[in-house]
Amino acid sequence: MSGALLSVEDVAVDLPTPRGNLRAVDHVDLVVGAGKTLGIVGESGCGKTMLSRAILQLLPKKAKLSGRVMFDGQDLPALSAEKLRKLRGRSLAVVFQDPMTSLNPVLTIGTQLTETMQEHLELDLANARQRAIELLAAVGIPAPEQRLSQYPHQLSGGMRQRVAIAVALSCEPKLLIADEPTTALDVTIQAQILDLLAREQQRRHMAMIIITHDLGVVAGRTDEVAVMYAGRVVERAPTPSLFKQMRMPYTEALLAALPKLDAAPHTPLPAISGRPPDPTRPLKGCSFSPRCRYSAGRCGTEKPHLSAAEAPDHLYACFHPIAAGANA
Amino acid sequence: MMLQAVSDPLLKVENLVVEYSVGGKTIHAVSDVSLDIARGETLGLVGESGCGKSTLGRAVLQLRQAVSGKVLFDGHDLTELRGEALRRMRRRVQLIFQDPIASLNPRRRIGDIVAEPLVIAGVKDPEERRQRVNEVLSAVGLDPALVSGRLPHEFSGGQCQRICIARALVLNPEFVICDEPVSALDVSIRAQILNLLEEMKTRYGLTLLFIAHDLAVVKAVSDRVAVMYLGRLCEVGPSEQLFARPAHPYTALLIEAIPVPDPDVRPTQSIPVGEPPSPIAPPSGCRFRTRCPRADARCSSEVPELRLVAPGQLAACHHPLI
Ligand SMILES: Nc1ncnc2c1ncn2[C@@H]1O[C@H](COP(=O)(O)OP(=O)(O)OP(=O)(O)O)[C@@H](O)[C@H]1O
Ligand SMILES: Nc1ncnc2c1ncn2[C@@H]1O[C@H](COP(=O)(O)OP(=O)(O)OP(=O)(O)O)[C@@H](O)[C@H]1O
Ligand code: SF4
Ligand code: SF4
Ligand SMILES: [Mg+2]
Ligand SMILES: [Mg+2]
Repeated sequence: MSGALLSVEDVAVDLPTPRGNLRAVDHVDLVVGAGKTLGIVGESGCGKTMLSRAILQLLPKKAKLSGRVMFDGQDLPALSAEKLRKLRGRSLAVVFQDPMTSLNPVLTIGTQLTETMQEHLELDLANARQRAIELLAAVGIPAPEQRLSQYPHQLSGGMRQRVAIAVALSCEPKLLIADEPTTALDVTIQAQILDLLAREQQRRHMAMIIITHDLGVVAGRTDEVAVMYAGRVVERAPTPSLFKQMRMPYTEALLAALPKLDAAPHTPLPAISGRPPDPTRPLKGCSFSPRCRYSAGRCGTEKPHLSAAEAPDHLYACFHPIAAGANA
Repeated sequence: MMLQAVSDPLLKVENLVVEYSVGGKTIHAVSDVSLDIARGETLGLVGESGCGKSTLGRAVLQLRQAVSGKVLFDGHDLTELRGEALRRMRRRVQLIFQDPIASLNPRRRIGDIVAEPLVIAGVKDPEERRQRVNEVLSAVGLDPALVSGRLPHEFSGGQCQRICIARALVLNPEFVICDEPVSALDVSIRAQILNLLEEMKTRYGLTLLFIAHDLAVVKAVSDRVAVMYLGRLCEVGPSEQLFARPAHPYTALLIEAIPVPDPDVRPTQSIPVGEPPSPIAPPSGCRFRTRCPRADARCSSEVPELRLVAPGQLAACHHPLI
């Protein structure tokens, strides 16, 4: 795709651990176009955060990265630390699950907002302050002027996440990576924050990656979804196609295992038996094979590759994909 | 509050008030809550973080002393029992926590962890204890021969929750309080544990209080659901009825905010901005009024009492939706 803002090509992340090498991200390819939203879904430990840290070039020191990360025409791993820092402050922004990871506990909210803007947008203090107030109002913080002198710990979790989003938006980034921005929050606050992100994204024509373990979060709010399992992307498709027709058995099982609001109480859930493989002991065949009810033949001995078998934009990694129409 | 009286209540909570005092200030964690749980039923308890769900559970178990109110278990007021009498009653009630890994002693073997309640209860015969432990471990889907000698860190979150469930069941309790038992677990593991809890309930004839903030999870396992907001009960009713026709504006808001895994369902944009007020200075009248689209003057002056809005369904609201 030529108009891609971000392209992740064959990225792998290896981490040395006492149990041996751990492949956290295993040959992932992704593309995000300008102004588009990609959802990355998967369970705990499947590599979502490591992938986003690989994109941001914020991996742990001992991590080994391979592959290419092209952002806005630049090869990120090849950039100097100084260039990267500039880029992350400006066109590439991030919001983490815990807002305190992004916020500095000893600086007031006003300082955190104005400093970034003074540095990256070269605004003077008065202008930066004015913009800070506007931003806080835009993210739904009441009495924004008074908040400038407050510290993060004086706010509730939901408010802190709004401030973290305001900081991330302050320099008009081209891409915002939101790593489980609402997992720690209540449903009503979660809905408010997701609305806020969607609104700001549209207004600014910003691209966004929403990382979550909740298929419900990506369904109504993304253009494309990538499902990860054991470090790999196992299915990728435009959001409507994915939900209309899941081809990879893991994606289907993940959706089925969610309790449904329209199901009667005490309906047994179609649980997935077992658990994901130990990432330091990778399986020879398909990583999902020990838990997959369709596993047969080469599933246990050969890795299926992510490919588009029928529709060009619907990719999946499976030898025995679910037949068209089977789960619609 | 005789309105909710169920036919054969195993647990009756009456006008329970629980407070904490922090730095000279009072946190109104549970304010005048009354509920009944029938023998053999699962009552789901939902509400936002900090609304008092765990405090209510702990006060039922007498792990936290109530300021006032009664907790009647099988007719006995637990708040008035002391010493041996309380211990004997408490044996019939068990608790399962949210964080399975943290609630297991890292230095003890699984067999000993699960046997501990038996030791405390005075079961002296080691062979009898071993048999009982093996029985519950098998019941929760673990192989006693494989797991008994191992330590908690060798198990995943889902397996640790199975171990916690086994420990809670080892004394043959009648009533189990599950405090967010699956919140810390992944979707695929969550379904396994929910199914297991349902199976255990049938097998051992349990009565459950199931606490969670995820409405879909609560609905999956509960016969009736109670909704709490800032220390007070907003609504109680049969699960399906409550989800189909919520009477309290807060229940409606909670249901509307759930993300639905269907791209054709556009997420609602109508969630009012606003956050729960502080439990130190809760709003006068109805505690939900600062976020409620239907609030009027009466809502700030008069506390709404729970009253019947449909068969079996009660709501505490001056202007209910039904
Ligand atoms: N600093 C680290 N050192 C070694 N291994 C790590 C480190 N951080 C994460 N891992 C491992 O890398 C793998 C991927 O972790 P990652 O944090 O990316 O998962 P995730 O999908 O973000 O999970 P979650 O939903 O729990 O946030 C896991 O097996 C994890 O245990
Ligand atoms: N030990 C304590 N000391 C002081 N305040 C407490 C204590 N435990 C709870 N609280 C306060 O009491 C209120 C109710 O807390 P509780 O833990 O019962 O809520 P909850 O509904 O279980 O929340 P969550 O969903 O986050 O578990 C909160 O305001 C909380 O901060
Ligand atoms: S490749 Fe085989 S084991 Fe893997 S998901 Fe497909 S059918 Fe299942
Ligand atoms: S009593 Fe008033 S403020 Fe409270 S929920 Fe009902 S309408 Fe809203
Ligand atoms: Mg993560
Ligand atoms: Mg709690």
